Amino acid sequence: MAHGPATLADGWGKYISRWVFTTNHKDIGTLYLWFSFAMFIMGGAFAMIIRAELFQPGMQLIKPEFFNQMTTMHGLVMVFGAIMPAFVGLANWLIPMMIGAPDMALPRMNNLSFWILPFAFAILTSTLFMEGGGPNFGWTFYAPLSTTYAPDTVNYFIFGVHIMGASSIMGSINIIATVMNMRAPGMTYMKMPLFVWTWVITAFLLVAVMPVLAGAVTMMLMDINFGTSFFDAAGGGDPVLFQHVFWFFGHPEVYIIILPAFGVVSQIIPTFSRKPLFGYSSMVYATAAIAFLSFVVWAHHMFTVGMPIAGELYFMYATMLIAVPTGVKVFNWITTMYRGSLTFETPMLFSIAFVILFTFGGFTGMMLSIAAADMQYHDTYFVVAHFHYVMVAGAVFSGTAAVYYWLPKWCGKMYDETMGKVQFWIAFIGFNIAFMPQHFLGLAGMPRRYADYGLQFADWNMVSSIGAFMYGGAQILFLFNVIRTIGWGKPTDDPKVWEGAEGLEWTVPTPAPYHTFATPPEVK
Amino acid sequence: MSTEGTYYVPDQSKLPIFAATGMGVMAYGAASWVLEGGTATIFLIGSLIMAAVLYKWWSIVIDENMRGLASPQLKQSYVLGMLWFIFSEVMFFACFFGALFYVRVLVSSWIGGEAAVGWFDDTPTDAAAANAEHLYPGYENVWPPMVTPDQAVNGDAAQFKGPDEAMNNPGILNWVSWLPFWNTVVLLTSSFTVHVAHVALKDDNRKKFNRWLGITVGLGIFFLFLQAEEYIHAYQELGLTLESGIYGTTFFMLTGFHGMHVTLGTVMLLIQWLRGLKGHFTHDDQFGFEAASWYWHFVDVVWVGLFIFVYILT
Repeated sequence: MAHGPATLADGWGKYISRWVFTTNHKDIGTLYLWFSFAMFIMGGAFAMIIRAELFQPGMQLIKPEFFNQMTTMHGLVMVFGAIMPAFVGLANWLIPMMIGAPDMALPRMNNLSFWILPFAFAILTSTLFMEGGGPNFGWTFYAPLSTTYAPDTVNYFIFGVHIMGASSIMGSINIIATVMNMRAPGMTYMKMPLFVWTWVITAFLLVAVMPVLAGAVTMMLMDINFGTSFFDAAGGGDPVLFQHVFWFFGHPEVYIIILPAFGVVSQIIPTFSRKPLFGYSSMVYATAAIAFLSFVVWAHHMFTVGMPIAGELYFMYATMLIAVPTGVKVFNWITTMYRGSLTFETPMLFSIAFVILFTFGGFTGMMLSIAAADMQYHDTYFVVAHFHYVMVAGAVFSGTAAVYYWLPKWCGKMYDETMGKVQFWIAFIGFNIAFMPQHFLGLAGMPRRYADYGLQFADWNMVSSIGAFMYGGAQILFLFNVIRTIGWGKPTDDPKVWEGAEGLEWTVPTPAPYHTFATPPEVK
Repeated sequence: MSTEGTYYVPDQSKLPIFAATGMGVMAYGAASWVLEGGTATIFLIGSLIMAAVLYKWWSIVIDENMRGLASPQLKQSYVLGMLWFIFSEVMFFACFFGALFYVRVLVSSWIGGEAAVGWFDDTPTDAAAANAEHLYPGYENVWPPMVTPDQAVNGDAAQFKGPDEAMNNPGILNWVSWLPFWNTVVLLTSSFTVHVAHVALKDDNRKKFNRWLGITVGLGIFFLFLQAEEYIHAYQELGLTLESGIYGTTFFMLTGFHGMHVTLGTVMLLIQWLRGLKGHFTHDDQFGFEAASWYWHFVDVVWVGLFIFVYILT
């Protein structure tokens, strides 16, 4: 199309068909990002319901059955609907521009990967309105809670997960093919921006473990409906088998979420430090090492399940090993900032907060990896606090940083810096008020996933809820700032946008044209 | 063509949204089908949409290739796509093989109150001892388990009952009269014939290509026929069903998923055979066929794993 993509001026029909039939990586990236933000708001609303109920001891607002559905749906929607699609959206927008490719390798399959998601989540959320209610067994859906004791609607959950998995596998294959096959001449592997590196390793993890998740839900389906006994000891199976299969998927899954976040931060910190990334190749090797280790540590989620002592010891030591490559990354980010000419624009603030809070979440992870101590922490709010430091302050903060960082390149308009900074401080303070006290609650023995709690936990729960509402409010400000930027932001046509920005995506005009690098650039 | 570059980027496409709709309808339909009193109607509608889309999609891709739109670089994208898709299938089977190993090596011992393997835990754990004493006394750790733990305790009142007979390896001297052995022969032969067809195509020997690919498809169908015979035998004579405890579960799920993949592979090869008859492919442009043949080799390798771990080592 020589005249560019359809806009609203061409009429609604053409405008809608542009988005539905698109094969353009930028359009598809935009679709992913808006979808994930919608899911983020929905998952966030579930979280607000949870925190409102936990504001005070006793049952105030909702029934315990519904509370269980809320914790389950919050986890599922945030992991599969918000964070993963957000990073796939960033990958779509950025990878072709960063490696000098005209588009993704398989553009039609790219569109299919996206459009499966609305169907999958429509199926998943529709269960909330069905008889028996939505999934209520936790986002980890352990058998027999998710098999013998599950509501009938679990079948919708199972098939929803199936097509979601198909979407992820196709999306990942596309990213791998793009990176392996579409790099511009001269763009060798060790010249690729770190965001591309982390994503291609993430895509490998996805192709490896999404089929295992499909296997897990298939086993559930058969146990529930067709009389098999995978997870039933009476037939010779074992409910613990479910946990092994699930966490063989689940542990790489948490790295699938965090590795692209590492990539984003590794792009942003050098820009605002006005220095190249310190230790580029060690960053690449550390990412690969983390990905490898993610396959061999899964049972550290199951220390209390009754494994033989040899298993406990192996999984404990293997887990602790992860701290080594992760430490390499953290030190590299800090060393990149060391003696740099730092400025603190909103993306940089979120990135620095990422480094601090993610490291904090990493340390609590080290505590949890000690098998003997984990007997005490297991399934308490300490675990909840730990993974929210990694998932929210890690993945969501870096996603927010990425939107602020690349939004001017995407739409050619600057966001409101003051509003961005205000949002950052509300989010940062709100987040810590919400989740720091959960460490104390967990260490004091408050179990996770309960609708009610003992009176001794009342004070910190109230504090935590207040922080959660603050953090939720910050997201409204974020949405407002993004819409305001796209609609009424100050126009800019500086290709670089940021003084210290390096990389191919900053060499194309601002806003980025619909098609970039139709003929590949020469990379020296 | 929307870009002036060498890489073909289709302008817009209606295929993906229809495919996504088909998948969504299929998923919703499948979930409502397995419910008590559910029907297959919605699922079948979804399947029809999906089948139509896939037919159209591949027709378009083939047509694009014929029109010369597919550059060597685009073809490389297809190659990578197929290889990584096969890798994802490998991981799917790894999941079920892993479940089999876990159950055979660890769970069966633990329910029977034994230590699993010497170097892993040499004395039975407290949990294993408690299993044998309180939960399932009388359960004996053997593979294949002919008596389920449930049955060991509850006898005929058990929900899970073991099979009357298992698919036992009759000993190598008696393999000639053992159906899984012939299944192996058929499938290994078909991997060889598809390779002969491939070599023939590279030599531009169309006749030989059509003949050997046709033989391969025939062998695939013959394998499926034998597999169906085996299932009928298991259900009617051995009392071995999907519900015969963990042995029936792992046996039918592993061989069943393999059979589904053989079906898919046979359909793929059949389509390539029909394309070959229509004169598609040249000695240096034959990716559709190559992809199907890689897939065929993959299902063959999975079968070898099944033959060893499900059939021979009992």
